[in-house]
Amino acid sequence: MELFTPDFGLVFWMFVAFILLFIVLAKWGWPVIIKQMEGRADTIDKGVEYAREAKQQLDNAKESAQQVIGEAQAKQAEMLREAAKMKSQIIEEAKKEASEEARKVMEQAKVSIEQSRKEAELQFRNEVSKFSINIAEKMVRNQLKNDEEQQKLVNKMLDEIEKN
Amino acid sequence: MRKNLAILFLLISIIALPFSAKANEEEKGKVDVKENIFHHLLDGYGWEVPFSHSYRIPLPVIVRAEDGSWHCFSSGRLIMHEDVVDPATGKTHVVSEPQIVYIEKDGNPEAYQFLLAHVSKHKDKVIQILPTSAKEEEEAAGIAAAQNDEVVDGFVKYDGKYYKEYRPFDISITKNVLALFIAAIIVTWMVMGLVRFYTRNGYKAPRKGMGFLELCIDFIYSGVIKSTLGDKAPKFAPYLLTVFFFILVMNLLGLIVIFPGGANLTGNIAITLVLAVMTFVITNINGNKHYWKEIFWPDVPLFLKFPIPIMQIIEVFGIFTKPAALCVRLFANMMGGHMIVITLTLLIFIFAAYGAAVAGATTVVSLFFSIFMLLLDTLVSFIQAYVFTLLSTIFISMAVHEEHDSHHEAHDAEATTAPKAQLN
Repeated sequence: MELFTPDFGLVFWMFVAFILLFIVLAKWGWPVIIKQMEGRADTIDKGVEYAREAKQQLDNAKESAQQVIGEAQAKQAEMLREAAKMKSQIIEEAKKEASEEARKVMEQAKVSIEQSRKEAELQFRNEVSKFSINIAEKMVRNQLKNDEEQQKLVNKMLDEIEKN
Repeated sequence: MRKNLAILFLLISIIALPFSAKANEEEKGKVDVKENIFHHLLDGYGWEVPFSHSYRIPLPVIVRAEDGSWHCFSSGRLIMHEDVVDPATGKTHVVSEPQIVYIEKDGNPEAYQFLLAHVSKHKDKVIQILPTSAKEEEEAAGIAAAQNDEVVDGFVKYDGKYYKEYRPFDISITKNVLALFIAAIIVTWMVMGLVRFYTRNGYKAPRKGMGFLELCIDFIYSGVIKSTLGDKAPKFAPYLLTVFFFILVMNLLGLIVIFPGGANLTGNIAITLVLAVMTFVITNINGNKHYWKEIFWPDVPLFLKFPIPIMQIIEVFGIFTKPAALCVRLFANMMGGHMIVITLTLLIFIFAAYGAAVAGATTVVSLFFSIFMLLLDTLVSFIQAYVFTLLSTIFISMAVHEEHDSHHEAHDAEATTAPKAQLN
């Protein structure tokens, strides 16, 4: 039956056509397409991986930023505390210094008061001695109005000197 | 708009085609069902055009005559068309008869005579007519009368006379050959189009038609070739992909009724035979030690293979039956599909003899079933191309498959690395 007997001409042309088609496609067709498809699949895979990593990095960055902020805040608090401490220290020192100064001033004042008191005392003594001399002079003058008296006194004086 | 016009045109041709056919058939009186079916299933020297039963697109006939000289002429010269006026109705219709093609040599205008045989062993093939003496002619006529059959071995009957015939070596560009070239060009155009897209667009993914083509390629490459052949896939992928797309395009072209299609390519055993032989050659050339050992010294009890090589005989048969099954499967599926559609269409003309009502009803039913069968054939086109590729891949993978031991080792290695990977 003709339906089941292969015709030589058709076999020949089929062979030629298929071999030509195969050579053309195997050289310039399929390898390019397969490479392209696999390359694209790889690129997509890489892209997904990259995105995943980027997300992770972003999360990490957020975390580290939080950490940095926390650290900064801690530092700030520390600094504030230090400043407060320094402030009170300075005040303390200033107070101490002031009281010291005040004490010194007081002492100086005391010394000067003492001096002036002594001076006044000295002056007063001088005054008193002047007065007493004056008084004594006057008394002596009164007592030495007569010669007898004068003689008696001179004698007495001389006695005293002799005794000494 | 163009789409609508195309659909309208198709509908009109569907309606018009049976009528013009009916007109012709009525003149002859009855429908030759067998003749019609085989005409559509088999190859031809010209390509049918719609709305005409006599004219064909002429194709080159290339034949090697008995004396070894090559001849090429148009197939249009094989058929003579004549306008005949019907005296009763006054209508003209075309009558086509085969005629002898004369080719000149050394001043002899009738040196070579070629004829499209009708009453001959080589029916519907180009044959060369050899000089026949009157005695030989009488002898042939005598034989014909004695066997009560017009066909006489070695003779062709033409115009009431017997001539000695010679079937030349024939590599004509027939309808099927041209369809083959068209299919090859379509496949090249599709694939190279995709390649051109890639070179122009880099890693951009194609859309629409090209995206679908890429999907098909990926479906075959990743789903069939790579999963079966593994790391050997790149070596055999070009062959298998070419086979798939070539068969697919040929199958689908066969379903198109008018010019670029209509040739029953994959339903022709020559085509499927070449494809199966290709797979056979590739399988056995690449067969490794393990493959040949499985054939000549398989792992079966000794009595099955030593004194009488039962297993060896079975295995050697297997080498040939596998591609033979490939060949016949594709051929029978596609030819069967075509045959059913043609038969369903012919039902209309068979039932036309029973009156208008029956013919009308049959037309509707036949049309419905034809369309259903064509849709089914579209599916079958894909499936058969897929099956051919799948089985070729499996045969090749069986031939290049590594030995079992190393395979087990590889498997074990995989098994041991897996928990490690999990631990990591």
